[in-house]
Amino acid sequence: MARLSSWLRLAALIGAAAVLAAPSFEAAAGADKPTLTRGKGDKCVEDTEFMRRNHMDLLKHQRDETMHKGIRTTKHSLKQCVECHAGEKSGSVAASKEDFCMACHSYAGVKLDCWDCHATKPMAKKPGQAEAKAESKASPLMPNSRNGGAKP
Amino acid sequence: MANNVCLDRACGKHSQFWTLLALGGLVMLGTLSAFFYLEHHGHIETGMNNQIVWGLPHVFAVFLIVAASGVLNVASIGSVFGKKMYKARAPLSGMLALAMLAGGLAVLVLDLGRPDRLIVAMTYYNFKSIFAWNMIFYNGFFAIVGLYLITLMDHKLKPWSKPVGLLAFLWRLALTTATGSIFGFLVARAGYNSALYAPMFIIYSFAYGLAAFLVVQSVMYKWNNIAVDERILARMKNLLAVFVAAGLYFTAVLHLTNLYFAKQWEFERFLLAGDNVYTTLFWLGQVVVGGIVPLLMLFNSNASKNPAIVFLAALLVLVGGHAQMYVTIVGGQAFPLDLFPGYAETSSFFDGVMHSYTPSIWEMMLGLGGIATAFLITTVAVRVLKFLPQDDFKEIELEAKEG
Amino acid sequence: MSEPNRPESNPENGGRRTFMVAGAAVAGSAIAPGVMLYGIAQAKPADEAVTDKTRWGMLVDTTKCNSGCTDCVTACNTENALSGKTGPQDSQWIRKVEIKNLQTGAQNSLPMMCQHCENPPCVDVCPTGASMKRADGIVLVDRHICIGCRYCMMACPYKARSFVHEPLTEQNPEVPRGKGCVESCTFCVQRVDRDEKPACVEACDKAGHKALVFGDLNNPESDVAKAVKAHASTEVRGDLRLNTGVRYQGI
Ligand code: SF4
Ligand code: SF4
Repeated sequence: MARLSSWLRLAALIGAAAVLAAPSFEAAAGADKPTLTRGKGDKCVEDTEFMRRNHMDLLKHQRDETMHKGIRTTKHSLKQCVECHAGEKSGSVAASKEDFCMACHSYAGVKLDCWDCHATKPMAKKPGQAEAKAESKASPLMPNSRNGGAKP
Repeated sequence: MANNVCLDRACGKHSQFWTLLALGGLVMLGTLSAFFYLEHHGHIETGMNNQIVWGLPHVFAVFLIVAASGVLNVASIGSVFGKKMYKARAPLSGMLALAMLAGGLAVLVLDLGRPDRLIVAMTYYNFKSIFAWNMIFYNGFFAIVGLYLITLMDHKLKPWSKPVGLLAFLWRLALTTATGSIFGFLVARAGYNSALYAPMFIIYSFAYGLAAFLVVQSVMYKWNNIAVDERILARMKNLLAVFVAAGLYFTAVLHLTNLYFAKQWEFERFLLAGDNVYTTLFWLGQVVVGGIVPLLMLFNSNASKNPAIVFLAALLVLVGGHAQMYVTIVGGQAFPLDLFPGYAETSSFFDGVMHSYTPSIWEMMLGLGGIATAFLITTVAVRVLKFLPQDDFKEIELEAKEG
Repeated sequence: MSEPNRPESNPENGGRRTFMVAGAAVAGSAIAPGVMLYGIAQAKPADEAVTDKTRWGMLVDTTKCNSGCTDCVTACNTENALSGKTGPQDSQWIRKVEIKNLQTGAQNSLPMMCQHCENPPCVDVCPTGASMKRADGIVLVDRHICIGCRYCMMACPYKARSFVHEPLTEQNPEVPRGKGCVESCTFCVQRVDRDEKPACVEACDKAGHKALVFGDLNNPESDVAKAVKAHASTEVRGDLRLNTGVRYQGI
């Protein structure tokens, strides 16, 4: 119930803020400070600072957009987080305490239930998927699409 | 001639009280361990499956909820209809209603697939759902009956007990209607699709509630070594008999309409003359143990002189009530859905066959937790506050002459 | 916050998009140039919400459905990462039902799954609103707010739903599913949203049976709209007036 226990989240924030604000304290706590593996590419879709505080809200917003409206932009989607942040060793964001999500969440003691249902590993790339798509007719479903064509 | 009853800590029965608490606590411990076990492993450890989705926990839970609204009747007869004898029992009745509702709801919550999301259930409402309405009714019931109890127990607020009592009475009717409708709304299922479900549940709730009240009252009197007055016992047992008889009558009407009007022969044959546990439970449990035997006992000429007979009869009504819930809830699901009328159906998903259900020990423990919750609340409440009925016999005699 | 995903901000997605436009152009050019703009067939852009202009539906031709064949079931299990086990507590989103007319002895075989009702009883009864119908008619369970009460399973006339009885791992990243929630056929919404057919339909075509026709019932040009117009078809339990999105032909 991570998203519900806002007091936990608050505690985590205070913890994180303390770590950031006080270098001396940081040094002292350095032993068990979470070390995050970097994601793919040079930078995240948002500022690190912004993400640290707001990732849960972005995810929750995106989750409702996708579930209820079928909006499937990837920028703030959990699937895309996993694509970039899956750990090199485990190939997952939550398999071990070193993995991206768990590193912070276990440090801050914030339980999260995303991974009860969501895959913690990126899509396995099916070989030859791209080629198959190239051949496929653009739309088997919408031969006379009324919303097609408008956008691009 | 009011009974001066010593309920204080000072007057003994210490150890028994703690024994009772320990007993209830032990059952609760079992319930909680079952809950954590299931929370960890999932419902795979229960007998419930994709065909029988509601099982033993729901039998106990729905029974407690239905009986909770019924037990409040005692108070309603006192406050709303002004019967003195029942008025003396109003506080006990209100407290029992809260305790039993709490027990029933606890089981429902513990059995959820995601009990950790209870807060979601409280914050997201789909107002089309009768189930969501039930949650609103339950919460309201707590508030209103709680308020009612306060008006009963505080002398300054006493004048308010009548209007609040009336509100509580109307609210409980709505609540039981809504509970019954949970089943009545399931149009697709042969066993449930009947408008009779709501009124039938109200009648059942009268019987189960009064029976539960009588059981508790008997135990409390016995505990304090008080003899129940014959006149009081006579009236209450007659009322119970009327409710039990009405329940039987409604059951008969439901099945007759199913047979002659709704033409649900297949389902009725399955239930009334099938070769399965539901037929046995229906006839033996619901009709004989929960209906005919208690009726015979209650109409026995010795009944009003012998509290033990009334106590036993009320206990049997409660047992029969559980059988009825099992037949209604599990039996109704065990009968396969008929997707293609006029066709025989087979599939890998148990289409066209009677669904089987073997409850596991875990769901039994969950279910018993409801009773334990109600039991614990009652035990503690009776210990710390004055719930024992204080009869004023002069008034009762007066009433008896008038009426 | 719902800033759409611009190609610049994500090269990967941008690539896919350009790519689809190219594909669309190829298909478009096959038709007369004038029709092209209107006729450009293309999935809805990722940042656009689904609308009720579309109603996804399916026609099952039971005369083409083979009694022994379970290709649709297997394809569903693979796509949605279901175990494929068929015990009483295992999830089955689609199942083959064999039926036999008690009077005539006529036999049919057909797949049964969520019928994507227009007036879905599961949505009506769900206390939290987790059971929901998308604007385009696809009925889904929002697992984020499903509390696992299973009332929807009681209400569904088709027994289309399953409850996840045990903890799961190795889900398809596009198909989240887990312990304690209820689930059912989604018409492979993840595929439909990128303009592919549901896995069962694809598998049936591949096996050469072509018993399943999927598409937009609201679009008179779609295969499924043409098919339901041309052939008599029925809703299962039509007496309940749920206006199902899945219809059956030949029974
Ligand atoms: S078939 Fe069942 S699960 Fe699907 S929409 Fe209809 S009622 Fe809901
Ligand atoms: S199990 Fe989930 S989807 Fe089904 S009725 Fe309950 S909350 Fe709604």
